[in-house]
Amino acid sequence: MAQTIGTHGEPDLRPAGLRGVAADFASDQRAFKTASWGKAMMWIFLLSDTFVFGCFLIAYMTARMSTPVAWPNPSEVFALHIGGQDVPLILIAIMTFVLISSSGTMAMAVNFGYRQERHRTAMLMLLTALLGAGFVGMQAFEWTKLITEGVRPWENPWGAAQFGSTFFMITGFHGTHVTIGVIFLLIVARKVWRGDFDQERRGFFTSRRGRYEGVEIMGLYWHFVDLVWVFIFAFFYLW
Amino acid sequence: MVEIPSGSAGAIPSAEVEDVELYHPKSWWTKYVFSQDAKIIAVQYSLTAIAIGLVALVLSWLMRLQLAFPGYFAFIDADHYYQFITMHGMIMVIYLLTALFLGGFGNYLIPLMVGARDMVFPYANMLSYWIYLLAVLILAAGFFAPGGPTGAGWTLYPPQAVLSGTPGGKDWGILLMLSSLIVFIIGFTMGGLNYVVTVLQGRARGMTLMRMPLTVWGIFTATVMALLAFPALFVACVMMLFDRLLGTSFFMPAIVEMGEQLQHGGGSPILFQHLFWFFGHPEVYIVALPAFGIVSDLISTHARKNIFGYRMMVWAIVVIGALSFIVWAHHMYVSGMNPAFGFFFATTTLIIAVPTAIKVYNWVLTLWRGDIHLTLPMLFALAFIVTFVNGGLTGLFLGNVVVDVPLSDTMFVVAHFHMVMGVAPILVIFGAICHWYPKVTGRMLNETLGQIHFWTTFLGTYAIFFPMHYLGLLGVPRRYFEMGETAFVPPSAHTLNIFITVMALIVGAAQMVFLFNLVWSLFRGREAGGNPWRATTLEWQTPQTPPAHGNWGKELPVVYRWAYDYSVPGAAEDFIPQTAPADGGITREVPA
Repeated sequence: MAQTIGTHGEPDLRPAGLRGVAADFASDQRAFKTASWGKAMMWIFLLSDTFVFGCFLIAYMTARMSTPVAWPNPSEVFALHIGGQDVPLILIAIMTFVLISSSGTMAMAVNFGYRQERHRTAMLMLLTALLGAGFVGMQAFEWTKLITEGVRPWENPWGAAQFGSTFFMITGFHGTHVTIGVIFLLIVARKVWRGDFDQERRGFFTSRRGRYEGVEIMGLYWHFVDLVWVFIFAFFYLW
Repeated sequence: MVEIPSGSAGAIPSAEVEDVELYHPKSWWTKYVFSQDAKIIAVQYSLTAIAIGLVALVLSWLMRLQLAFPGYFAFIDADHYYQFITMHGMIMVIYLLTALFLGGFGNYLIPLMVGARDMVFPYANMLSYWIYLLAVLILAAGFFAPGGPTGAGWTLYPPQAVLSGTPGGKDWGILLMLSSLIVFIIGFTMGGLNYVVTVLQGRARGMTLMRMPLTVWGIFTATVMALLAFPALFVACVMMLFDRLLGTSFFMPAIVEMGEQLQHGGGSPILFQHLFWFFGHPEVYIVALPAFGIVSDLISTHARKNIFGYRMMVWAIVVIGALSFIVWAHHMYVSGMNPAFGFFFATTTLIIAVPTAIKVYNWVLTLWRGDIHLTLPMLFALAFIVTFVNGGLTGLFLGNVVVDVPLSDTMFVVAHFHMVMGVAPILVIFGAICHWYPKVTGRMLNETLGQIHFWTTFLGTYAIFFPMHYLGLLGVPRRYFEMGETAFVPPSAHTLNIFITVMALIVGAAQMVFLFNLVWSLFRGREAGGNPWRATTLEWQTPQTPPAHGNWGKELPVVYRWAYDYSVPGAAEDFIPQTAPADGGITREVPA
């Protein structure tokens, strides 16, 4: 009969196949061998946040499908009048392009972070923050335009009142995420520029040593916010 | 089964996980008030939860007084009655049970039981408590706001929750309730991430997932569920807040209020119910799973036997957690649904009975021929099993659509959920406090006071809730301020109501004995020593009792075996701590 299994120093006797996967996951000390505490925490937070956005979007779909009044036509509502004709979805196309590009600059920042090129990292993070701020700015423009056309959370000129309420709520909630991201990008970029992560300077509140990994954790959040936007874009503007 | 050679008996060095960076308090304030130590945070969480729980206890007294002696107490009118119901339910489910199991026991036990120095991110953990406290204060502010707290029932169903017929609907009540919930969820998320990541990434050497005590498994699974279920409540609260404040119509159909057509239209009240119960049903198991885990450990320790079917117990916890996300609409059989949905949700609901029954059988089989010590924790654990089985059986009635429809909104439902998720988890909380009090304070609870409290509570709650099933079968509706004259309820039901109220007063008073015991034993209790129950798990092996900052002194513990090596044949003692080296190879652990 088998005796106590030590987990260290024995020949590798792990089972094969799915049982092996389970055994690896359940094994000593860490379930995710390469993920640090901070990174694991961010992933799990994002999973939870996915459920928040998921609930918002499902609520929106329910409202859109069950409301007795017709839903406004998105390609007309979100069109811009440029050069004498209505161009559908032009603003939102630019906004999406800007946000997706910011994901690219963020990924580059992470890369340069791990090479400890702090000035380049900080500049790329600032660029990311700038693109993010640009996105929020264009969103503010879009909100203003819709508001001047008479869209309110409780009514709009074209159809179901739920159009305005879900639009402001969901884009607003996403915009809040982007804004929070921009603020933290600036904070982390400052730390990178100052060399906090090279000197492992301790955080003011947490007294934890700063590491370049912080850039990557920041990046996880930023990519998530971009990914969520793709879904909002698809369900709101293309449906 | 793989034959595994026993480890070369040489000492394995403990491994400090590289990310550990403890915050060392610099003053009295950062040591005891704004503490980042999970043990202090646990005590803060527990005391706050108990304090607000006492408010809920008083509210239940007031409700019972009204039901037994309608019209006798001038200060309880219909509005107040509904406010008491609402606040009692919300406080007990969220601010007491969830906060105490996850914030209290989770914070204290997870780091100690998995062999960590603290939670992985103590700063966020501290914020979690202070945000929870803020949520409690916002909630309590409802009592002092104009119009009083909301009286919408703890389910807060719109449209009535935000209309003027409901107390607090057009005043501050509903706003404070929704804000408090939103704040609670934000605070809980900060703590919950800590609990999950500590279990996944912060364990001591040798502590594989399949060697964790079931307490940790229960709290861990419940926290994962909470992180996925609370978002639905968060979204529902935000949307209802907008309906009330901005005049949106997420949940509001075209509706007439006081003879006046409102601006609302096109919203879906059923959508709120779906969101609420997508949170609400997992919430039942968020409360129950930690209780399951803790009870498993209490029974094993105090019956001096290894838990029967450890792996099956773990998988049952995980399966219950997963299934509980696809049963929510069994709370909505009378809300108006496609009948096919009723069939689906009734089926999934009944399937949950399978892993739950496995757990009950395993508890009983653990007790089978065990060396049962009838200590306070064991008494509460045994009482839990009986109560949970009783409450679970009535759950089978309510899970079936055809049986549920006539029983809906009767006292039968009240009796069911109070047995299964009110009394049962609270018995576990008492048992757990009795079990771990010696570790937290270094002293034993007074046994005599404990026995008085146990027997009054255990027998008293049965006297309260057993007759309530009968009232429900008679057709006595729940949430009625007073019954008045009816054709179908016999006058004897009223006598029963008085009996229930008297018992409720007695049981409530017995809780004061328990609180007194907590305080008295803190100063006068017998010295406990490090391991008074002769238990195997890591928290009893700490170098100091109560455990010091950082839990383990210089060296982290190394784990060589599972948590249930009790009464192993051939061993010198009837328990072998998890830290005992593998020499000799005596264990009952089932190899992975």
